[in-house]
Amino acid sequence: MKILVAVKRVVDHKVNVRVKTDETGIETANVKMVINPFCEIAIEQAVRFKEQGSADEVVLVCIGPKEAEVQLRAGLALDADRAILIRTDEEVQSLDVAKLLHKVVQEQLPDLVLLGKQAIDTDNNQTGQMLAALTNMPQGTFASDIVFIVPNKVKVTREVDGGLVTLALNLPAVITVDLRLNTPRYASLPNIMKAKRKIITMVSPDSLGVSLSPRLTTLKVESPPVRQAGVKVADVADLVDKLQQQAKVI
Amino acid sequence: MAILIVAEHDNHSIQPATLSVLTAASEIAAHTSDTELHLLIIGHECQPVVEIAQGITGLSKILVADHQIHQYPLAENIAPLIVSLVQEQDQAQYQYSHILTSAGTTGKDYQPRVAALLDVAQISDIISVESADTFKRPIYAGKAIATVQSSDAIKVITVRSSAFAAIAFSASPLSEDNQIPVVELAAQADSGKSEFIKAELTQSSRPELTTAKVVISGGRGMQNADNFELLYTLADQLNAAVGASRAAVDAGFVANDLQIGQTGKIIAPDLYIAVGISGAIQHIAGITGSKVIVAINNDADAPIFDVADYGLVADLFDVLPELTAALKVKN
Repeated sequence: MKILVAVKRVVDHKVNVRVKTDETGIETANVKMVINPFCEIAIEQAVRFKEQGSADEVVLVCIGPKEAEVQLRAGLALDADRAILIRTDEEVQSLDVAKLLHKVVQEQLPDLVLLGKQAIDTDNNQTGQMLAALTNMPQGTFASDIVFIVPNKVKVTREVDGGLVTLALNLPAVITVDLRLNTPRYASLPNIMKAKRKIITMVSPDSLGVSLSPRLTTLKVESPPVRQAGVKVADVADLVDKLQQQAKVI
Repeated sequence: MAILIVAEHDNHSIQPATLSVLTAASEIAAHTSDTELHLLIIGHECQPVVEIAQGITGLSKILVADHQIHQYPLAENIAPLIVSLVQEQDQAQYQYSHILTSAGTTGKDYQPRVAALLDVAQISDIISVESADTFKRPIYAGKAIATVQSSDAIKVITVRSSAFAAIAFSASPLSEDNQIPVVELAAQADSGKSEFIKAELTQSSRPELTTAKVVISGGRGMQNADNFELLYTLADQLNAAVGASRAAVDAGFVANDLQIGQTGKIIAPDLYIAVGISGAIQHIAGITGSKVIVAINNDADAPIFDVADYGLVADLFDVLPELTAALKVKN
């Protein structure tokens, strides 16, 4: 079984991002970039399937600038086998990401495509679902457990609003992973060294026959309203009194 | 032109989130002329939902797809149904300019699939309507708000329900001769690609987290699952919903569907009480819409105090019983 894992390069989740003063976007110069945390969980899951013997090959695919090679190497150091970088310096929106991944799926013919449920920068939560639509595959979104069942099916437990729901999907399928699926490992030094020799194939969107056509224009990016500084109360009686008399919420 | 709103429901009643989506839809309609609002109800034996929908102000039409394949909402079955409505409607009658649903896990599941099949972008989690094609939405865990304009003919959108008030709603349907027309949609074939196996839903008699007026949540500071009882007891005094931080969920104190934050639920209650929660960016992303935030934490430097209207630096194990007792007296 071949597993394709989509990986995004994003600003580290611990970075306190700042809006540019001209309100055109986020300050990303000299900011630490990492693999999107949800994508890391997807890689970990694919590698675990390889270790369990249910997968033979784990292929990473990323869309981004040349620098995204750093994140792909980091992913390969987690024991993925090879990677594809669709190189572009443009902003690529979810629909175009899904179209590019669709082409890669047509070429690579994976049995399973794993993605994170959302990227922590755009917070869209769309790409996996869009890819499933374009490839006409079933989708298992927000997965917290994935088990292969015979014949050619996968059982997915999903984190939904009221609790958990389990679906069975025909393979090939697209699954987007939630935080609870696993805890990603750290790359060992030997694996980091080994990852340097692994193959990253560079392609361009054009060579895949996809011309990027962004549908959304960002007119402005602004800081959210700042909450008024609050007060510290002395004790419980003071708190209850303030909530009743001042805030009038209880 | 018309706006299609896909209802979120459990085959018995409409989720309050849908009433907020209807407000967003009517705001979009106010920016255009001659726009109808159509509510689409997809389910199985969902007649009670149709009856409730009859009491919703401002609807021009109710479309119902009541079929066994929609017993549980599967994206593979829902998406083609919505797409067929958009593509096959009698164009002289109306065309859909917008398709809206709430940004719950169900809407997030099928709505991007709908968009891709229509070859349009999907706009996630909008928090305000600027015009018929321009919307505001949070990015980077709510650390920035982006204003985006769509160039697509059909706007496929999920709505953050906590950012919009619920639309006017009457428990009794309109009079017989004034009823909203109901269109029964023809059954579609099952995709055969996916199958519902089981649901393990959290049973709770407390108000629903995303619509509760008061929410109390606990974090790692609660130390274990048993200590959450302290929060439940307090919640009962305030008729509050109980939530949690990611740390509390990961530690197994409570179920994942109680998680509040960037990757969990986004809430905007009148009163939010954070107990033993430090206030990571990802958690704050889920609560900044709250009217009043109270933080109870023994660490005076915890970032939660930066957003709290009222902060109490104290041991939660002392404070919670005391607070519960104080409220009991008041009640």
